[in-house]
Amino acid sequence: MQRVAELGKEHALRANSEAIAFVIMACVLIIAPVFAYPVFLMKALCFALFACAFNLLIGYVGLLSFGHALFFGWASYVSAHAAKVWGFPPELAILSGAVAAAGLGTIVGALAIRRQGIYFAMITLALAQMMYFFAVQAPFTHGEDGIQAVPRGKLFGFIDLADQTNMYVTVLVIFLGCFLLIYRIINSPFGEVLKAIRENEPRAISLGYRSERYKLVAFVLSATFAGVAGATKALVFQLASLTDVDWPMSGEVILMTLVGGLGTLFGPVVGAFFIVTLENYLTTIGQWVFVVQGVIFVICVLLFRRGIIGELAHVLRVKL
Amino acid sequence: MFELFGISSQALFGQLLIGLINGSFYALLSLGLAVIFGMLNIINFTHGAQYMLGAFAAYFLLQYAGLGYWWAIVLAPLIVGTIGIIIERLFLQWLYKLDHLYGLLLTFGLALILEGTFRNFFGSSGQPYSVPPALQGGQNLGFMFLPNYRAWVVVFSLAVCLTTWFVIERTKLGSYLRAATENPTLVRAFGINVPRMITLTYGFGVALAALAGVMAAPVYNVSPQMGANLIIVVFAVVVIGGMGSIMGAILTGFGLGLIEGLTKVFFPEASNTVIFIIMAIVLLIRPAGLFGRGA
Repeated sequence: MQRVAELGKEHALRANSEAIAFVIMACVLIIAPVFAYPVFLMKALCFALFACAFNLLIGYVGLLSFGHALFFGWASYVSAHAAKVWGFPPELAILSGAVAAAGLGTIVGALAIRRQGIYFAMITLALAQMMYFFAVQAPFTHGEDGIQAVPRGKLFGFIDLADQTNMYVTVLVIFLGCFLLIYRIINSPFGEVLKAIRENEPRAISLGYRSERYKLVAFVLSATFAGVAGATKALVFQLASLTDVDWPMSGEVILMTLVGGLGTLFGPVVGAFFIVTLENYLTTIGQWVFVVQGVIFVICVLLFRRGIIGELAHVLRVKL
Repeated sequence: MFELFGISSQALFGQLLIGLINGSFYALLSLGLAVIFGMLNIINFTHGAQYMLGAFAAYFLLQYAGLGYWWAIVLAPLIVGTIGIIIERLFLQWLYKLDHLYGLLLTFGLALILEGTFRNFFGSSGQPYSVPPALQGGQNLGFMFLPNYRAWVVVFSLAVCLTTWFVIERTKLGSYLRAATENPTLVRAFGINVPRMITLTYGFGVALAALAGVMAAPVYNVSPQMGANLIIVVFAVVVIGGMGSIMGAILTGFGLGLIEGLTKVFFPEASNTVIFIIMAIVLLIRPAGLFGRGA
């Protein structure tokens, strides 16, 4: 009985630690524009959401997707095209980007989950590269130029997003909303099944769970959130370009999640802010950015596999 | 010279030859990946960067030591293979007990470091490397002009691939290797130094990549990102062929090179993507790959 009570207490503490951390994060992000450039913060928030979406797969289903730039980049193309050529309002532009990412996620996911482990990573990378070549050749993406001068438009018809503060609040709301949704997914019965598949897939199957379906749904969800991030980024920067669909972007989101902590709730956010800040300072050194990223990869894999938040949670003995 | 489906035989067979050349690089690289994966349980993402290193080793040997192609084809794989062995000792050996994905991430990081460093010094444009004098010129076969060097690349790669196959499948050394892939603990109990075998296997796989790089140097230029896009195609080749069979890797490599060459003639828009499309089709029909033994 005492053991049960202790477990209950521990559980309550864990739920608390996550709630406290969320409140701190939200407060920091609300006052952050006072100290930092809104555009920088918006960029970091888009990448944070992207990393959270990626983490949903790697951290909770154990699937390493090496092609998440596909969803991020194509959603940003679709949202930019919708806003600029079709004249969609921002909310519909982002929605169409997310829908496009979900559609692509269904196709890529259905193909990729046919193989496991290391093959899964190679398949997602290869399919993402294929879609990269489509993006290079398709006329509506404008090749090397990308889709430029995308109008931010008026949210719901009356909030002018050309105003930096309005845009920041919108991005923040999107980010926090998606973050809570992801939290909800992870802690739902569905999320528990995903974790069971991660820990021991044959056993989950023997318990009667159709692991393929769960993996596919998780993949589509992850792709959709990555799409929301990419679509939002296109509006923030008023640009959709090849950089966002190319494989280094897939590597970058892996790096962010790894630095922050695989399978932690807040890790991807911290990792994204860390990497975006780092790159902000490193813009002057050109190609060395890739070398720095590579070095961080090596250090993280060899010495720092828990990541920043993972280490913090380990030291504090709480769940973050 | 005659025409076939409105395409001159020179264009058709020329592209098929390029396809065979690319195919021989696919075969050499996927062979190395398969051998490394078998022993180390690591997908070597650095493979593309090591192919690039092979080409640069040839370039440096010529520029700074005055050693030509024939020296390079021997020395470059040795040098890059040694670098591979150092990488294995320094980094990879700590990962064997961890999940596969950490090996992939670490080698991806190493690839970023290598390619980023070279791009810093050599930009993204390529350095020319000339065809060795003995292999300049070509033969007129009637239906096409066959450059000697390109014929050499195809024949020599095929020979290397088949030798590798023979060593692994038909010799005592190869039987140790296959046994260690199946059950390293048991092989170790028989008194065979498995960790050293693992190290040497990695060095050998990397040397194959470097050899492909040396052969590629006169066909394509020597450039820092020559391996970055190639490795992704090779991953698709590996998914199509499955990593269970050495001969499977060779056949898949050459076969896909040919298909890519044909696509360049008849439907050039899809030449970049055809291998990925084939991969998707194979995943639908035979999820384990053409020569695979289950995922």
